[in-house]
Amino acid sequence: MLTSLTITSLYVLDQDQALDFYVGTLGLEVGSDLDLGFMRWLTVRVPGETREVLLERPGPPAMDGGTADQVRDLVTKGASAGTLFFNTDDVQQTWDDLKAKGVDLPEEPTERGYGKDFGFRDPFGNHVRIAQLPG
Amino acid sequence: MTRAGEERNRAMLRARDAMDAGYEGELDIAALARLACCSPSHFIRTFAATFDETPHRYLQRRRVERAMFLLRSTPANVTDVCWSVGFASLGTFTRTFTRVVGETPTAYRARGPLPPVPSCFAMAWLRPSSFGEAGDGRTALASDACSPR
Repeated sequence: MLTSLTITSLYVLDQDQALDFYVGTLGLEVGSDLDLGFMRWLTVRVPGETREVLLERPGPPAMDGGTADQVRDLVTKGASAGTLFFNTDDVQQTWDDLKAKGVDLPEEPTERGYGKDFGFRDPFGNHVRIAQLPG
Repeated sequence: MTRAGEERNRAMLRARDAMDAGYEGELDIAALARLACCSPSHFIRTFAATFDETPHRYLQRRRVERAMFLLRSTPANVTDVCWSVGFASLGTFTRTFTRVVGETPTAYRARGPLPPVPSCFAMAWLRPSSFGEAGDGRTALASDACSPR
């Protein structure tokens, strides 16, 4: 029987830039940052949580150059299925903080049927949403 | 991220996100082109090459999607729905909606309420995919007017 989901993966086009965005700007913490020789194993997580996001760079030898180009094309079109949903206890404050840090925020926190949230993109085109859920 | 095509994709995605977020306002091509850091004509051409439809057409689908949602999730009357999603005339709204969805706003409403799902996914998946000429987006592009409204 499965007990938990521990790591999910997200394609990023530059791991340094991803680290800067997810840790430096969004406030996640580094789970692992390991030079395995053949790849940089880089994960981030919400402080205090155990679930991690693997920030993976598409490229050879894991995939051929042409395929990596296709993945990069899809990521930058927002079509790579890279989506992260976060919860916060104060969505407006979070929005204000990110705005002050210069994050490109196309929408303001908006009341939805399930709570109040807003969406934006990481530097590469992945979709990030931050919600404050009732209760 | 230095490759020109990727920078271009990202700029077009930024403009598309602006349409998703500000669909109810007066979005003009000049403002969207500024967001995408290019000239209006270049913007329309590049957006179409990137997402396979003109910005105008994308915005219409976005507005119709919002209208579809409001018709099935709120008691607002058709005229109010029309204004609130950014159409300037009820005639244009009804005509566009019917062309895209295949039935009138009133008939569509009669299908009943939608289940609650995260709005971003509802937005993406409930967005009507065609204007009734599905399968040949190129044909539609060629004949499509290029500025919103």
